Amino acid sequence: MLPVLSRIETPRAVPNSIADDVLAKYGKKAAPMAPVLLAMVLAGGLLIGGGQSAKAAEGGPTPPSLSWSFAGPFGKFDRGALQRGYKVYKEVCATCHSMNLVHFRNLADPGGPGFTAAQAQAVASEIQVKDGPNDAGDMFDRPGRLADKFPSPFPNENAARAANGGAYPPDLSLMAKARNYDRGFPQFIFDFFTQFQEKGPNYIDALMQGYVDPPPADFKLPEGAYYNKYYPGHAIKMPKPISDDQVTYDDGTPQKVENYAKDVSTFLMWTAEPHLEARKKLGLQVMIFLIIFAFLMYFTKKKVWANAH
Amino acid sequence: MSGPSTYQPSHPALQWFEKRLPLIGLIHSSFVAYPTPRNLNYWWTFGGILSMMLGVQIVTGVILAMHYTPHVDMAFNSVESIVRDVNYGWLLRYLHSNGASMFFIAVYIHMFRGLYYGSYKAPREVLWILGVIIYLLMMATGFMGYVLPWGQMSFWGATVITNLFSAIPYVGESIVTLLWGGYSVGNPTLNRFFSLHYLLPFVIAGVVVLHVWALHVAGQNNPAGVEPKTEKDMVPFTPYATIKDGFGMVCFMIFYAWFVFYIPNYLGDPDNYIQANPGVTPAHIVPEWYYLPFYAILRSIPSKLGGVIAMFSAIIVLAFLPWLDSAKTRSSKYRPLAKQFFWIFVVGSAASPRRASTSLPAAS
Repeated sequence: MLPVLSRIETPRAVPNSIADDVLAKYGKKAAPMAPVLLAMVLAGGLLIGGGQSAKAAEGGPTPPSLSWSFAGPFGKFDRGALQRGYKVYKEVCATCHSMNLVHFRNLADPGGPGFTAAQAQAVASEIQVKDGPNDAGDMFDRPGRLADKFPSPFPNENAARAANGGAYPPDLSLMAKARNYDRGFPQFIFDFFTQFQEKGPNYIDALMQGYVDPPPADFKLPEGAYYNKYYPGHAIKMPKPISDDQVTYDDGTPQKVENYAKDVSTFLMWTAEPHLEARKKLGLQVMIFLIIFAFLMYFTKKKVWANAH
Repeated sequence: MSGPSTYQPSHPALQWFEKRLPLIGLIHSSFVAYPTPRNLNYWWTFGGILSMMLGVQIVTGVILAMHYTPHVDMAFNSVESIVRDVNYGWLLRYLHSNGASMFFIAVYIHMFRGLYYGSYKAPREVLWILGVIIYLLMMATGFMGYVLPWGQMSFWGATVITNLFSAIPYVGESIVTLLWGGYSVGNPTLNRFFSLHYLLPFVIAGVVVLHVWALHVAGQNNPAGVEPKTEKDMVPFTPYATIKDGFGMVCFMIFYAWFVFYIPNYLGDPDNYIQANPGVTPAHIVPEWYYLPFYAILRSIPSKLGGVIAMFSAIIVLAFLPWLDSAKTRSSKYRPLAKQFFWIFVVGSAASPRRASTSLPAAS
């Protein structure tokens, strides 16, 4: 703090060395911008880096960076992976985890898993939803509709905790945006240019495959916890969720944990960011427009200023 | 904005109106005929960029408020339903959340430009102090806006920051209770923060008018830091400054769009995608990046009151700069030592959060 203050105050003692010749400067080129810009980038980088290290990860290896179809400026979801991922979610994850922000209608949304409205309706009608009260004042069960959200496995948090040894399985809707790990300096500066935004799916994918049994000999595992290489602190309350051949794939994709993990991570990225494709598509159009606009502005500016330099 | 306008409308209806309210003349003298130094560089375009960002934030914010529900049980899901179900809601939300960061990037460049070229010196002290007031209002607005999505970092950030006021002797506890509207951060807090978050941008807009007014009375500083002497030193605002500012704005929009469309969560904290839970403290409570230097000051001083005083003085001291710096020369271009200290300050204030956050435990 005081260093900051004294830094602000220091210029007081600065000797005066002005060459007051302004008119001679008119028409001269400005000092080269490159070092200034470099310093700015460095400063900005350090600033954000401060934030990054402020929330440093609790040790453990960094999840490997996978290649995702939805990464980069032209990214799109792999429909097959979304559909397989939905199947894994429905048959495995959904037995413990809720997904409150996603509705059956979303399955048929553009940029999603590519269900038709009829298919989504069929999936919805597999469940029974408590509705009401009806005209007689009674609650009743009805088949699910497109407007219904994905069913929760437990009626409330207490029931969820009671069924899971005291741990509360978190809602999965936003999971792919709610998990993170530190990429460190200077990697996160490159991440700005490479548009790296896939920490969440990388982490989920790694977590699915990060179970080690038995745990390392020097690690004291608490009661009811499991050892996971990638979980902060390593002791996770969720048992290994999935094994080879547990979910049947209809399209011939090998039924390996590796594929399950990748597909379900893709699916969770979509549930967290359902408009990702629309966003990147509009982004490209906006970028093209702005860059052309910037060129036009630049040449207009040059013309206007031509007689002023 | 300074002195009577020389503008003469040609249309009789406009002449009639101009005689009764010289509005067009005011606009003409402020943004068309207004003389600007001809040696301004592109660092001077950030004033216009900031006006643009204020406009973007107000427009997107007003539309977001049409869909947002300020209630602890519904705020988080209402933001998500904006993103998921409102037409182009994702665009509005990302424009607004990244817009706050862009606003601060632009304001920091604008302030550092003022520091470097000595724009705070006579006769521009009032102009500078108005700028410091705008900056303070921006910090308050940004902080309260960050609370509205009611994620984990919203809640815990609000808890930590409001608790700072309890360090003030005698009245601290009462101030905190007033901020909270209860005995902890809760629904009344969220409601009053929403109300103030909607109010303050218009206060900022009002102070911006004063800021521009003061600017147009004193005239712009320039990279050489000497007052204009002849008419040849100046060019009219339109078309010269308008087109140059316009070009700056478009370039800034490219930078902004890069965040909005490609890396919208780059500057955000993943914990804010978890709904606020007063029972679970996140591993690290970190404010938004634009507060980090001040947060670092706070955390690097062991005493709570001392930290709070140091943090606020770091901002307040800016208002006294015109009198702390007695050098006659304005522009650091001609002050070799000041130039070096300027860059040490830039890099130092950017690096400070890194040092403080890695080496010291939280003070509060």
